[in-house]
Amino acid sequence: MAEHVVPHHFHSAEQAFESSKLGLWLFLVTEILLFGGLFVTYIIYRAMYPDMFHEASHHLNRPLGFVNTLVLICSSFTMAMAVNKTQHNKSNRASQYLLLTLMFAATFMVIKYFEYMHKFHDGLLPGAHFTNTEITHPKADLFFSLYFMMTGLHGTHVLVGMGLILWVLIRSNRGHFGSHYSTPVELTGIYWHLVDLIWIYLFPLLYLIG
Amino acid sequence: MAYDSNDHHKNYINAEKGIWSWMTTLDHKRIGVMYLFATMFFFAVGGIFAMLVRLELFKPGPFFSPDTYNKFFTLHGAIMVFMFIIPIIPAALGNFFLPIQIGAKDVAFPRLNLLSWYIFVTGSLLLVFSIVSGGVDTGWTFYTPYSIRTATSVILATLGVFVLGFSGILTGLNFVTTIHKLRAPGMTFHRMPLFLWAIYATAIIQVLATPVIGITTALLVMERVLHIGFFDPKLGGDPVLFQHFFWFYSHPAVYIMILPGMGIVSEVITAFSKKHIFGYHAVAYSSLAIAGISFIVWGHHMFVSSQSPLANFLFSLLTMLVAIPTAIKVFNWTATMYKGSISLKTPMLYALSFLFLFTIGGLTGLFLAAISVDVHLHDTYFIVAHFHYVMMGGTVMGLLAGLHYWWPKMFGRMYPEKWGKLSCALTFIGFNLTFFTQFWLGKMGMPRRYHDYLPEYTPLNIASTVGSWFIGAGMLIMFIYFIWSLFKGKRASENPWGGKTLEWTIESPPTTHNFHKEPVITTGPYEYGELKTTGEA
Repeated sequence: MAEHVVPHHFHSAEQAFESSKLGLWLFLVTEILLFGGLFVTYIIYRAMYPDMFHEASHHLNRPLGFVNTLVLICSSFTMAMAVNKTQHNKSNRASQYLLLTLMFAATFMVIKYFEYMHKFHDGLLPGAHFTNTEITHPKADLFFSLYFMMTGLHGTHVLVGMGLILWVLIRSNRGHFGSHYSTPVELTGIYWHLVDLIWIYLFPLLYLIG
Repeated sequence: MAYDSNDHHKNYINAEKGIWSWMTTLDHKRIGVMYLFATMFFFAVGGIFAMLVRLELFKPGPFFSPDTYNKFFTLHGAIMVFMFIIPIIPAALGNFFLPIQIGAKDVAFPRLNLLSWYIFVTGSLLLVFSIVSGGVDTGWTFYTPYSIRTATSVILATLGVFVLGFSGILTGLNFVTTIHKLRAPGMTFHRMPLFLWAIYATAIIQVLATPVIGITTALLVMERVLHIGFFDPKLGGDPVLFQHFFWFYSHPAVYIMILPGMGIVSEVITAFSKKHIFGYHAVAYSSLAIAGISFIVWGHHMFVSSQSPLANFLFSLLTMLVAIPTAIKVFNWTATMYKGSISLKTPMLYALSFLFLFTIGGLTGLFLAAISVDVHLHDTYFIVAHFHYVMMGGTVMGLLAGLHYWWPKMFGRMYPEKWGKLSCALTFIGFNLTFFTQFWLGKMGMPRRYHDYLPEYTPLNIASTVGSWFIGAGMLIMFIYFIWSLFKGKRASENPWGGKTLEWTIESPPTTHNFHKEPVITTGPYEYGELKTTGEA
């Protein structure tokens, strides 16, 4: 058991926690604005080439996208349970839930890998690398540029999240957390919910418009 | 205030020894000083590029090759904007004084603070590396489609900007959190010094605007590497979209630059007029108003970009709104000085220079907000003169006011007052000679970014270049006496100017933990003539 020490510039553990939480929420606002640039690009090009977007979206694998959506929602649930168990001093249960979350995240990335491989194989690539001949619209590469930028940035966030969850899992196993101190678990949880939430927007915008 | 006299020589500078103790420090004051040295270094580098640009324009005919000239003005702009003027006041002076002014021991996230310094250095090195590996010739705006096609190192430079953006975001969120969560007992929002209101408004812009330049530069890099085609018209993209994204960040960034300068001027004018600021609340909230309006005016950079007439009209109208909170500040500073007991020390001279030059910069901004005038003046030297009056006449003068005001507190040494005044006078005269002439050049139609010009522009260009030498001399003198003062300067007292904010109640230089016991605040920040001290008694 490692005793957690409140940093010297805070008065109390509560003040430290509140500060960390505010800091993280502000960071998440910046994340939304980061994705916001891509959403604006999406809106503009979808308005410019609506037919192409419809046609191109048919070339995404809906069942796999749907499974991935379910996987992420489940991972959000297990993450929330991990936070809950930590706060109730059930570190072992919390660790199990964290491990489950990590596995869901890995599943998401594996499925994403197969989707990407399939796109590479079909020549559905961004910009000048686009070689697919099935889609007749001359600007279809723009859709796949967006697809790869948006899902790629999201995937990067999933990888970062997996790193965070692993770090929290290791510390949880060592008994660092409990009702007295659960900040890293909670913050990782909030971050993970944002990753989930962004996917919930990406899925219909990219896969379901046909 | 009471402290042990044996403790007197123990301060944040000599508390720990060695370079390593600085590179791993979590003390906000040390990190502020590290930012100060890094950004002032880049100020010197950017300044040298500026002098080279002016040298080329001394007379018609090339001095350097056109390519070299393009690289010089691009690097001057990019270095000054991203590595000096945006970070310096918040990251250097803000880091140092924000926790002290609210009565805290440190910022909310000291480790993150150190990390953002390292991120800043990394981003800067990327930009420096782009100079070494051939330079960039796009202008600091990296406009597409040229930036996609030029053979120069755009990728390195934009990656540098991307990384620097992260540093700004982290500093911004650290500051917002610190102000919300770490104020000392009694330090309500309405008792905060106005510098902090300005830093707070700035931090909000940093947090909300910077991610957009991040994704924009990321897209530009992808565009160059993968030819994704969002901004390249050849691939079906829209170069104007890049301009929208770029200015959605870069216009608010103008207020990231100017708001902290305004905050400093509020501090300096009250301290050197020995008066409570006129209209405290109006000055405080006008910072937030400027921050808010900054997000809805970016289109005024694009009046001639094929934007719709309706958008032009709206952006023109909204742009003029900025004049309201700005004028509120200027009038309140003037009213503060009215019947004040004014002492014309170096910081005050810089603050007055700020008032004079920034007012010219602001008023010429109104010319440019009017579409019909802007179409005529677009991309001429009038623009160059305008934004230098705002960015250098405003922000840099504000910065120098703050640097001279707080120098004794930061390093415990006084700088030589006479040399300070000389440096200020040279800079002020040189500045007007350099840039007022450019309003005329612009009005006569001389375009910006050209390495050569018609013979009829020669006299004014000579005057402008000579002015740049005056500024160079003024700044060189300042660098010399600041460094001299670190070793030989007279020891500074706790409160050499008679300031009333919290930093003047602690030692110069401050101890590692700032306060010996937590201050309790019972009055507002500028209670001149009524109370002997603020904060803890």
